[in-house]
Order: sequence, then C-alpha cells, then structure tokens
Amino acid sequence: MAVITAGRARDSRAARLRRKIQDNLLAYAFMAAGLACFAFFSWYPLVRGVILSFQQDNLVIPPYWVGLENYRVLFADSLFYTAWKNTLFFTGLALVFGFILPFFIAVLLNEFRHFSGYFRVLVYLPVMLPPIVSVLLWKYFYDPGNGLFNTLLRGVGLPESQWTQSSNTAMISLVLVSTWANLGGATLMYLAALQGVPGELYEAAELDGASIWQRLRHVTFPQLRFIMLVLLLLQIIATMQVFIEPFQLTGTSNPDTITVMVLIFRYAFTVNQDFGLAAAMSVLLFVVLGAFSALYLWLTRTGD
Amino acid sequence: MTLTAPPQTPIGSATPAPLPPRKQRRAGGASLSTRTLISAVDLRRHRRLYFLVLGLTLTVFTLVFLYPLFWMITSAVKSPVEFAQSTPTFIPESWHPETYATAWTNMRIAKYFTNTVFYAVGGWLISLLFDIGVAYALSKLKPVFGKIILGAVLASLMLPASALLVPAYKTVVNLPLLHVNLLNTPWALWLPAVANAFNIYVLKRFIDQIPDDLLDAASIDGAGKLRQLWSIILPLSRPVLGVVSIFIIVAMWKDFLWPLLVLPNPEAQTLSVALSRLSNTSQVPPTEFMAGLAIASLPMIVVFLIFQRSIIGGLSAGSMKG
Repeated sequence: MAVITAGRARDSRAARLRRKIQDNLLAYAFMAAGLACFAFFSWYPLVRGVILSFQQDNLVIPPYWVGLENYRVLFADSLFYTAWKNTLFFTGLALVFGFILPFFIAVLLNEFRHFSGYFRVLVYLPVMLPPIVSVLLWKYFYDPGNGLFNTLLRGVGLPESQWTQSSNTAMISLVLVSTWANLGGATLMYLAALQGVPGELYEAAELDGASIWQRLRHVTFPQLRFIMLVLLLLQIIATMQVFIEPFQLTGTSNPDTITVMVLIFRYAFTVNQDFGLAAAMSVLLFVVLGAFSALYLWLTRTGD
Repeated sequence: MTLTAPPQTPIGSATPAPLPPRKQRRAGGASLSTRTLISAVDLRRHRRLYFLVLGLTLTVFTLVFLYPLFWMITSAVKSPVEFAQSTPTFIPESWHPETYATAWTNMRIAKYFTNTVFYAVGGWLISLLFDIGVAYALSKLKPVFGKIILGAVLASLMLPASALLVPAYKTVVNLPLLHVNLLNTPWALWLPAVANAFNIYVLKRFIDQIPDDLLDAASIDGAGKLRQLWSIILPLSRPVLGVVSIFIIVAMWKDFLWPLLVLPNPEAQTLSVALSRLSNTSQVPPTEFMAGLAIASLPMIVVFLIFQRSIIGGLSAGSMKG
C-alpha cells in the first residue's frame, strides 16, 4: 500500500511540475512578441548607446573603439556649450510660461460657473494638433513682413519685431509656440486637482478673514503642492528634449537656438554623420533626464 | 516612439475617472455645490464684475486658442492675393474651397494621409495585441521571473525616447540577429510603438482588478488561457482598452522626429514629415499649404471632440491623488 501511495505522490508531483512548465511556456508565448520589441527598441539600444559613445561610427566603415575620444571632441566643441545653455534657457522660460501660467489659468477657470466644458475643450485643442502643424502655423504668424503678429503690433502702434529671425527674440518666440501648443495638459491637470480641494478649507479661511490672495497662498497652493511638483518634473523632462520648434523655425545650424536634441540630430544625421559623437551627447542627456525621471517615478509611486 | 510626448498621466492612474458633474448653471444657484476660492455669496454680490471677467476671459481664450485654427482653415479658401494682403481679412472675401481638393491631389496629401492612417491603425492594432499579451501574462499567468520582467519594462519609463534616438536608429537600419533593414517600412514605426511601458502598466493595473474567481470558473468549464483572455478579460477591459487606443493613435499621428529619421523616402512619409519637407520648398502656394495643415489637424480634432470625455478624464485622473 505504502509503495503505491508514494508512487502516486511522485506521479502527481511530476504532473504538477509538467503543468507548471506548460503554464510558464504559455505565459512566455503570450509575452514573446511584446518583450522582443522591448528588447530590440528599449533595452538593447540603451546598452548599444553607451557602447556607441566609446566608438567611432559613421555607418560606412565598421565601428571601432576610440575610448573617450568622442567625449573629448564633445567638450572641445563650442556648440556643445551653446546647446546646453540654450536648452536650459528654453527650459527655464518654458517653466515660467508653461508651468506657472497654467496654474493661474486653472484657478481662474475654476471660479467660473459658466462655459466650464467649453474652456476645457478650448485650452486642450492645441495639444491635439500635430506639433508640426502648430509650429508651421506660427511660422506664418511670426513672418516679419505680413505675419499676423506684426500686423497686430502695427495696428496698435507698437514697434514690430523680427521674432524668430532676430537673436534677441528667437528663443522667446520658440517658447511661445511651445507654450501655446502644450499648456492645455497642465491646465487640465491643475483643474482636476483644484476640484479635489475641500471647500471647507476656503470656508474656514474666509471666516478667519483671509483675503482672496491669502486664501490662494495658504489654501490652494499647499493643497496643490504634490501635483505641482509632478508637473514641474514632467515639464522639465519634456522641454529639455525640445526639437521641433528650433528644427522647423530657426534651423539646425542657428547658434541662437541650437538645443541638445538639435545638436544630436546634427551630429548624427546632417553635418558630421558621426554616430559615436551623437551617442556620447545622448548619454549625457540621458544622465540628466534620467535623474529627473527617476525622481518623478519615485514620487508618483509613493504618492499612492 | 513618441519624442514629443505631452505630459502623460502620472503612472498610477489605471482608469480615467469620470468628469466631475457639471457645475451649477446659474451663478451660485445651489450654494451646496463645490465651494471654490471665491464664495457663491461674493460671486452673487459682484455679479457685474463676475460677468465682466467671464466675458473678457471668453474673448481672450477664444482668440488665443481658437482663432489660429479658424485662421488656418479659412486662409485655405482665400485667393492667393487676398492671403498675401498686409492686413488680413477676418472673413474670407474670396471663396475657393477647391483649394482643399487641389492640395489633396497636387501636394499629394492623399498619399501622405493614407500613409499616416495606415501607420496609425497598424501601430494601434499591433501595440494593442502585443501589449495585452504582456499585461495579461504578467497579471494572471504569473510566470517565473515575472516580477523581474515587469521591473525591466517599467524601468524603460526612465529612458527618455530622445536619448535612445541614435542607437534605436541603428537598430532599425540593421536589426540585430535578423539583419534586416526596416528603414522606410511600416515596421520601423510599429515595433518601437509596442515598447511602451506606460500602456502595459495601465493595462496590467486594470487586469489585476479582475477577480481570479471569474477565470477559475471559466477554467473549470474547460476554457483555456486564450479563451479566458478573449471571452472574459477583454470584454471586461473595454474602458481601459479605449483609453489606451486613443493614446496610441494620437501619439502615432502626432509623432515627428522618429518618422523623420526612419522614413527618408518621400513615398513612405507621414503627413507631418511631408508637411515639414514641403514647407522648406517654395513650390507650394501658401493657401494650398494651409489646406494641408488643416487636413493634417482634422482627424485629431474629430477624435478629440468625440472622445473628449475619455481624454480629459484620463488626464484628470492622474492628478486626483496626492
């Protein structure tokens, strides 16, 4: 008897193991295609990018190792510093417009008891446009001759501007398009967060004699701190990768507006055809953005 | 691979919350509705000021956000002479709607439009198919190393797409192991679109909430894993599938830098890339070009107006917590 039960137990253990292997094979069959895409277009390029940054590669001859040469060339290139300076300038300006402005727009819209659906659709409409359409449309507005903006300025008797064609106003022109096209997202997220602010807080503050500004400063602002931090990080990550605006409005060789992404594009695909140099620049960008992304992910996870 | 992604919903928002109920129509109608910065009493007391600010905001916002689109759509029907006038006309004085038809054929918008639709729809189907497979397996089949795989997938959220631009381009030119060149093929857009950790995360979070009991019951009735996915998981996941679908299609339609790199052949280009290329040549009359821009925007505007609840709700859901 004992022998038989032991045999059966061994049998069922083997069966269970076989089942488990089968289940696992099935699970991996379900995942195979998706994971292959991740391997080819996410995990492998990450490793390849780092390796490439230590290689000389121009797609013509097989890549070979050059050590830190790419980084040395990079740090010796004056455009490298210009690109970082411009990118930081763009990010800073975009924060002023694209991070602070939506906050006040959201606070204002939240007070209205009419047209709230219309306002939401309105501010988000440009976000839905393909970015290239926004940029090309604004190119017509910025035209120094008959562009809409200069016509407007002329109409009210203000001095005209060269917009994207003058080094003084080029960057701010790029930030304006970018803000117009993107501010809807942040505004709607602020609006949703504002709906979550308990009304009793305002009630209590008002009873204590707090003015509108004081209520904004001591009730609204602290209640929105978390979402503001999240949006700040998202905004920094997004604007440091700015490409379309300078690419289309001012070109890839304009030192006034060349950004990190434009320089990577230039190194790899236009002037130099030097993939190693572009990869080295990408690695540096990745380190900077990766730090912000990690912070963002950590924040949103512990925020649950 | 979206390089110009708008701020996405912070992760942790699996489902879009329904929009908050519409505010009271009359100012301070029922004062029990949501209390905001300014009390209903104050609003009623300063009715005039309220309507003044409201009217002003309406005007300014409509001018800033809607007028550019209006200008784009109406400029296309103006005559080239009227378009070039130094003082622009608000309502077109000349009426040439045939410019749209001319642009559709002359600028070959038809070709690029079809290309873009093909890429977007194909990318949508493939992404959905592959991402659901990964999400379902990680959520319900729980394979060995599942946690590690999920970690590796989520870690890619930290990779800004632009930092991978150069190595990903090299991968497309010569796919490792298989040694095929994907340049100018739809696969160069479709396969990278699958590698979207955000979509997998959203799908997995949703599938996690479906009780295992349902699947066990189906299993006892003899349903295999595929059947369980098809007949139970997918029908229950319809809301999240809708949101993810919109994300994918909108991202594919709006993408610019990646298609610019991997589709150098004009015949294969998307509308965005083709418009950028055509804007640098002076062969296209500006009114026709405006028609091109309008045509490129139209599908997104239509998608937005139809699905605005899901889109705005999906955005809002992310900011609710915290």
